[in-house]
Amino acid sequence: MIQTLFGSVEQEPTLLEKLKSGVQKTRAGLVSALEDALQGRKEIDADLLDELEVTLISADVGVKTTGEILDRIRQRVERHQLSDAAQLRGMISEHLLEILEASERAPARVAEPPAVILVVGVNGSGKTTTIGKLAQRFRGEGRTALLCAADTFRAAAIEQLEIWGQRTATAVVRQGPGSDPSAVLFDALNAARARKVDYVIVDTAGRLQTRENLMAELQKMARTARKVIPDAPHEVLLVLDATTGQNGLEQARKFTEISGVTGIVLTKLDGTAKGGIVVAIARELNLPIRYVGVGEKAEDLLPFDAGKFIESLFEK
Amino acid sequence: MFDNLSEKLQRVFKNLRGEGKLSAENMETALREIRMALLEADVNFRVVKQLIENIKQKATGEEVLLSLSPAQQVVKIVHEELIKILGSHESKLRFANEPPSVFLIVGLQGSGKTTSTGKLARYLARNGHRPMVVSVDVYRPAAREQLKVVAREVGQPVYEGAPGESLPLDLARSARRESNNTGRDVLLVDTAGRLHIDEQLMTELQELKAQLNPVEILFVADAMTGQDAVKSADEFHKRLGITGVILTKMDGDARGGAALSIRHVTGQPLKFVGVGERLDALEPFHPDRAASRILGMGDVLSLIEKAAEQIDQKKAVEMQRKLLDNDFTLEDFRDQLRQLRKLGPLQSLLGMMPKVGVLKELKDVKVDEKEISRVVAIIDSMTPRERDNHMIINGSRRRRIARGSGTSVQDVNQLLKQYAEARKMMKMFSGGLKGGLGKRMGKMKLPPGFPFGDMPGPLDR
Repeated sequence: MIQTLFGSVEQEPTLLEKLKSGVQKTRAGLVSALEDALQGRKEIDADLLDELEVTLISADVGVKTTGEILDRIRQRVERHQLSDAAQLRGMISEHLLEILEASERAPARVAEPPAVILVVGVNGSGKTTTIGKLAQRFRGEGRTALLCAADTFRAAAIEQLEIWGQRTATAVVRQGPGSDPSAVLFDALNAARARKVDYVIVDTAGRLQTRENLMAELQKMARTARKVIPDAPHEVLLVLDATTGQNGLEQARKFTEISGVTGIVLTKLDGTAKGGIVVAIARELNLPIRYVGVGEKAEDLLPFDAGKFIESLFEK
Repeated sequence: MFDNLSEKLQRVFKNLRGEGKLSAENMETALREIRMALLEADVNFRVVKQLIENIKQKATGEEVLLSLSPAQQVVKIVHEELIKILGSHESKLRFANEPPSVFLIVGLQGSGKTTSTGKLARYLARNGHRPMVVSVDVYRPAAREQLKVVAREVGQPVYEGAPGESLPLDLARSARRESNNTGRDVLLVDTAGRLHIDEQLMTELQELKAQLNPVEILFVADAMTGQDAVKSADEFHKRLGITGVILTKMDGDARGGAALSIRHVTGQPLKFVGVGERLDALEPFHPDRAASRILGMGDVLSLIEKAAEQIDQKKAVEMQRKLLDNDFTLEDFRDQLRQLRKLGPLQSLLGMMPKVGVLKELKDVKVDEKEISRVVAIIDSMTPRERDNHMIINGSRRRRIARGSGTSVQDVNQLLKQYAEARKMMKMFSGGLKGGLGKRMGKMKLPPGFPFGDMPGPLDR
């Protein structure tokens, strides 16, 4: 089997259960609300469609994607393919699954380790924590990783990553605060090659997508990476807070444009009844969701699977 | 990305120019646009619903229907309604009669509590207080270290805890004692980020509150939060009785509709907004400005205020005289650039401008900060006589200036050309000032490539 970036995703027996408890809130917010709206209705009328709209929008699915889902329902109703309100639940879950599946894409193949994973995102989205959890996951899979402390800007970011390094027994390459992130990256990649590790996970400083100069810095980092490893970075993960609203789309758009995001990590999903922004992102930007974070513990980062995600949401 | 609401409404109402009257149907379309704009700005849908009701009532009145510019009228009503929810005036911090006043800083993970704590300490110190900070975040790796670094940067003391002191309550209590002993009048307690559903950690906050008796419990919220903002804010408020909100990351392009939702559901005022990564980037919250932003109308007031803070008044008056007398030399040009610089990163200034009318193209303008340094370097390399009278700068002088500033003769040529054009423009403009503004303004076209030619540059224009 060809080694993919994340190795083979093994079927953990508890995965579905974990996911289920993680999306409990979303389930309550989205699916239960849908069910409430559908409860006792027979006909699909304007009132019901209004309620569906509110439910989807309030789950941060976004005005545009919500509009599409509703249009589809309206069309089917007009063509008399759909008349019973009870069918709507299945239809919506199908549509959501379709959107999420359409954006699924396998990670890039890595010709020769190390695979370089650049982790980017706005401030406070959970990049460093995600990296700690990723390190733990790789270690559990019997792979070696090296962490690169390229967030040299935020106070104590390096220390935070080092603590994660200790917890997961993973080496951290660092320099002092305020040093050039690209220089740290350069060192880390050379070290990773020398030590023959499987992965290099690069922590970057949080930046709002509107800050041109900081975004340019990401491009510089990618260029630096290619000097050591020509096909790096193999994966650029955008870490997105599940409670983010419509600005999440803008984040995904800008980060993709500048740094070529290849996948999304959705964090703090356990705290929100929403998380609908992933649907909007999948729909409008065609980006796959790689992982979801559903808790504070190191093992609370789950690989994303559209089918399982929708199943855990909609299963009765 | 988003069209601003007033533009959308203008479009809706444009179609009825011929009819001259507003129908109930047009109004429905308009209300739908308003609804979508608010939802896209992440205002909670329940809040939107109520807002729309209120707007509907006001907007279907005689006055709007008969007015010549229904679009503006409706926007005005929406704006007013937003302000009504956001609070009509800025809200000040409260302090205890007997120091130290304890402020509890709470919120979800990653909302920006530690950075805000540092910013607030700086703000307080600048306003005559003697703050001390303490972190009781014993959970997140290096959280306390982070506050320590931030406190050092703003030059305020941090209580680091005695060896072995590792419980939030102990840390907070000792910190209060320490601030008492060292004569600090405000203690900022930075707490760990937590989800509102985390029973154990929410109880911990309640204990902290009971023990410390804080005068302010400030809820830190991320401006990018979506529909869920209501839920977490509501839960924190129910548990703790928050007294105010700090809205962070407003320097991005989020509309900050969450502000509206949080205020609506808790009834507590927004007190500050975080507008950048630097520790001075904290501003008091202004409801009217936030309302404009949610509607995509820009924040001109903040820009003016910032300018007033930085720009030397005497110089500005002098500059105005020079402009009127067409006496604007390269030296003045350089001064202007330097003043502009002082306002901070140009990109963030641009963000404050309303994206309407002439200024609409600004949206995509990329400001090259280095370009300004280059221009200043070129002017620096001139002799005083040259700066005074650019006409004497001939070919050999140009070569010398280029060498001196590390640029090329082309760069020097370009600058001189721009300067000449700017002068021409200002002459036209000052003529306008003297002879009554109006038609000339409309004709004014800024030369492309002028360092601040395609942005609303010097503020005295």
